[in-house]
Amino acid sequence: MITAIIILSIIGLVSASLLYIISRKFHVEEDPRIDEIESILPGANCGGCGYAGCRNFAEQCVKATSLDSLLCPVGGNEVMKKIAPVLGLEAVEQAPRIAVVRCNGTCENRPCTSHYEGAHSCAVVAALYTGESNCNYGCLGEGDCAAACDFGGITMDPVTRLPRINPDICIACGSCVKACPRNIIELRRKQETRIYVACNNKDKGAIARKACSVACIGCGKCAKNCPNGAITLTDNLAYIDDSLCLLCKECVEGCPTHAIRIDTIDNPSVLTEEKESALC
Amino acid sequence: MLKTFRIGGIHPKENKLTAQCPVTMVDIPRQVSLMLNQHIGAPAKCIVKKGDLVKVGTLVAEAGGFVSANIHSPVSGTVSKVDQAANAFGVCTPTIVIDTNGDEWEESIDRSTELNETIELSPEEIIQKITQSGIVGLGGATFPTHVKLMPPKEFKPTVLIINATECEPYLTDDHALMLESPEQILVGCRILMKSIGVNHAYIGIENNKKDAIALLEQMAKKYPGIEIVALRTRYPQGGEKQLIDAILHKQVANGALPVSTGAIVQNVGTAFAVYEAVQKNKPLVDRIVTVTGDGIARPGNYRVRLGMPIRELIEVAGGLPSDTSKVILGGPMMGKAISNLDAPIPKGCSGILILNEGHAHRGTPSPCIRCGKCVSVCPMGLEPYLLAKLSENHLFEKAEKESITACLECGCCAYSCPSNRPILDYIRIGKNAVNQIIRSRKQS
Amino acid sequence: MELTVSPAPHIHGNLTVSQCMYNVIIALLPAFAVSLYFFGIGALIVTLSSILSCVIIEYLIQKYLLKEKPSIGNGSAILTGFLLGLNLPSNLPIWIVIIGAVAAIGITKMAFGGLGNNLFNPALAGRVFLLISFPTYMTQWPVPGASRWSYTDAETGATLLSKLKEEGYQWIDQVDITNLWIGNQGGSLGEVGAIALLLGFAFLLYRRIISWHIPVSIFATVFLFSLALGLGAEGGNLQDAHIWQGAFDFALIQLLSGGLLLGAIYMATDYVTSPMTSKGMVIYGIGIGILTVVIRQWGGYPEGVSFAILIMNAFTPLINNYIKPKRFGRA
Repeated sequence: MITAIIILSIIGLVSASLLYIISRKFHVEEDPRIDEIESILPGANCGGCGYAGCRNFAEQCVKATSLDSLLCPVGGNEVMKKIAPVLGLEAVEQAPRIAVVRCNGTCENRPCTSHYEGAHSCAVVAALYTGESNCNYGCLGEGDCAAACDFGGITMDPVTRLPRINPDICIACGSCVKACPRNIIELRRKQETRIYVACNNKDKGAIARKACSVACIGCGKCAKNCPNGAITLTDNLAYIDDSLCLLCKECVEGCPTHAIRIDTIDNPSVLTEEKESALC
Repeated sequence: MLKTFRIGGIHPKENKLTAQCPVTMVDIPRQVSLMLNQHIGAPAKCIVKKGDLVKVGTLVAEAGGFVSANIHSPVSGTVSKVDQAANAFGVCTPTIVIDTNGDEWEESIDRSTELNETIELSPEEIIQKITQSGIVGLGGATFPTHVKLMPPKEFKPTVLIINATECEPYLTDDHALMLESPEQILVGCRILMKSIGVNHAYIGIENNKKDAIALLEQMAKKYPGIEIVALRTRYPQGGEKQLIDAILHKQVANGALPVSTGAIVQNVGTAFAVYEAVQKNKPLVDRIVTVTGDGIARPGNYRVRLGMPIRELIEVAGGLPSDTSKVILGGPMMGKAISNLDAPIPKGCSGILILNEGHAHRGTPSPCIRCGKCVSVCPMGLEPYLLAKLSENHLFEKAEKESITACLECGCCAYSCPSNRPILDYIRIGKNAVNQIIRSRKQS
Repeated sequence: MELTVSPAPHIHGNLTVSQCMYNVIIALLPAFAVSLYFFGIGALIVTLSSILSCVIIEYLIQKYLLKEKPSIGNGSAILTGFLLGLNLPSNLPIWIVIIGAVAAIGITKMAFGGLGNNLFNPALAGRVFLLISFPTYMTQWPVPGASRWSYTDAETGATLLSKLKEEGYQWIDQVDITNLWIGNQGGSLGEVGAIALLLGFAFLLYRRIISWHIPVSIFATVFLFSLALGLGAEGGNLQDAHIWQGAFDFALIQLLSGGLLLGAIYMATDYVTSPMTSKGMVIYGIGIGILTVVIRQWGGYPEGVSFAILIMNAFTPLINNYIKPKRFGRA
């Protein structure tokens, strides 16, 4: 009995001193502010800030001399306001952004010409061929963006087979932008009303139009009509600069193929009437 | 005991429906389209414009770099368009379209059929001729042939291997060619031997083509240095590394060039094209295509002009059956399913395979039961189940350590998976991603 | 016309999961027939109740707990039930069989994520669960051929291995090895008929459902290890042919009794819980062989195949991680 107690105590003592010595010997001096900032951060570890996880972001913050280029997309400006005093820096207000899908190739707008069968991954389809429609640039509908979203902010619409982005959830971390092999998703300013070209087709007008009825045909009418010069045309594709857009809707009304789309906060992804069509 | 490669492999049902069909000439198409990127490497540069008159064999696009190939007109007529057009996969690619008018050949081409055995050109001249004639690997890889004949200085070729395995099920174009022009192939083989300066060549033929083996063995007596090797029928024996392993019992190290074993491998169709180019001055303007599959009225081996629309060739073979569900360019293991039948036949098209509703679809995938069948059939000794899982989860660094880049994409894993898992689909994207990572690492 | 487009390959070898499962079931039928002959009605009741309860439990869990489409049709639950039944004594009451099925399917298989995700062989885990929970029920073995029409009240006796453990090595002289080949021995109902089990092995090899690596490496290890032990027990001069004869008999008894054949051919080769590479399979087989003999010889139980396989199941992920197939082009 007594021997047992003695032996156990000795084992305990030896182990404890070993742990103590090791923890002293290998102790790394760290800026305590890193821990403090990390505790303020939401801890989603999404990588949306551009760094490998929240701790890495906190380390970058401590090193930084200004908060201009640092933003936690999950916490947004509020969290950055809390971080700023810890570092003794000025918080920089940054416009919130949101992901938009630059394709409106629903089954009705863009007829299916083949049937894909294989692994459900846009990357696989993109490496294989042009996709189920004739559009070389449009959404492939296998949902790599939805799978990449850590917050469940993207759902694939079963009817249109296009991704739907939930504006309440999207924090513009950019994972979906990276995941899309066709580079369809873009981060734009999160305004009440957002106007953008819902097409990514760089083919000549005739080819684009043949593949999809709502394709941008690069006619340039919108660029001519825009009162603020916000619209540019490159590779047969119009682009609206959201920092210049006055939301006058001139372009939307003038677009011959209805390729320009308005999203509002209440009605996030409806441009034309999306009728219930059969699954394609 | 017949020779074969040492790791993995499968033996799918051969289905060589057209093995006994002689080569049939197909009428000249009314219009041909020539894609500028129908070979591996840089796309060719178009040197004609709308309205130009061309003859059969006129150069219409020249190689856009060292790893690239010339393209010649397969018909005589007028260039009607130089523009973007959808290829067989619906992707827009630069294409030259020529409207046919008559059948006038370039004067330099010798159209006689008699055999010309004397090789007059020097090795350098031979390679130059092959380069000019736009010859690429006709087994399907479409790698420019002249590049393969000029290996880096540090490697000295010691032997030539002619790949006549035709390990893909259904395809018989090489088989038909061997039965039709055995001597031309052997002379082509001699030309290739001369061009790389070797005295020995093997022609590897799988044992399911006994008539071709017997015929070539008999003919080869006249050509010293050429040995016919019968191989045990096993897929993917036609893979370059597998074929070298089967014949020479040497394995190409991971990441090394096949020529590091001293062997240069060329397809049998390429050998024939080399014969025609060097002895008859005829550039690559036609090839044999096997049209086969479910419900085709006249399956066969057709000699067609390149650039003919796929749909027209299928019409020649009796038209597309009404229950067609899939059309494949190449064989069923590595061929590519196409979505656009109006696309032209490229240089690398060895066959057109048609599958009906009953054969075209994949089974429903179920969870991996870790049976290890994919591991045991992988000819590269990889672990496909693991690579697929790593790619699916974007763990590319780990996949690189597991040698994902060594994958041949032969499809043995997916073929033998009892759970119907899309193993190779995921390995392909993983392989692409890892190759990209390696490239960007080299740049930085 | 809409063409189907999919990545290559476009043909499939036509082997399916359910084919694998049903082929194993077919391979087990001769052994089951032997047990019906020797153990009569009890064998039928135990096996049927085991299969039924496994299938029903898997169905209920998939349908109501996991809310997914039940996959009973693939035959894996049937096979687990069949194997569990064959690993039980033929006089086991049905309620114990049902508990075993719950442990096998519910705990060992479905709790880990269903087919393909379990770490341990479900049937064996179920059996071991019962062996530990109900040692009295699980170690009373009906005497073969004695009472074919009685079930729980069948006449019982000891198994060969437990007798051997009690009586000591010299007792092997009294064993008639022919009985082991045909199945006239006490034991779990499916493990007795060596010839029938080997017949199934040949069938599975012929159909290429399993490879030879695991069973053969287990056989070889157990045989050689037992032979060495036998020679040690005999003592004396190794030049003497009689000593070799005794050791050989001992090794053969170790091979043909105590569920070694059933375990090595049908349970150790379970796809999900065994290594993927042939090298890994051999290591795994040798591990099972050594553990089996060690447990039989020095452990508390007279037979050790179940424990040996379960222990090596735990090592399978490690083996898969470290034992790589021979890569092409690497010396």
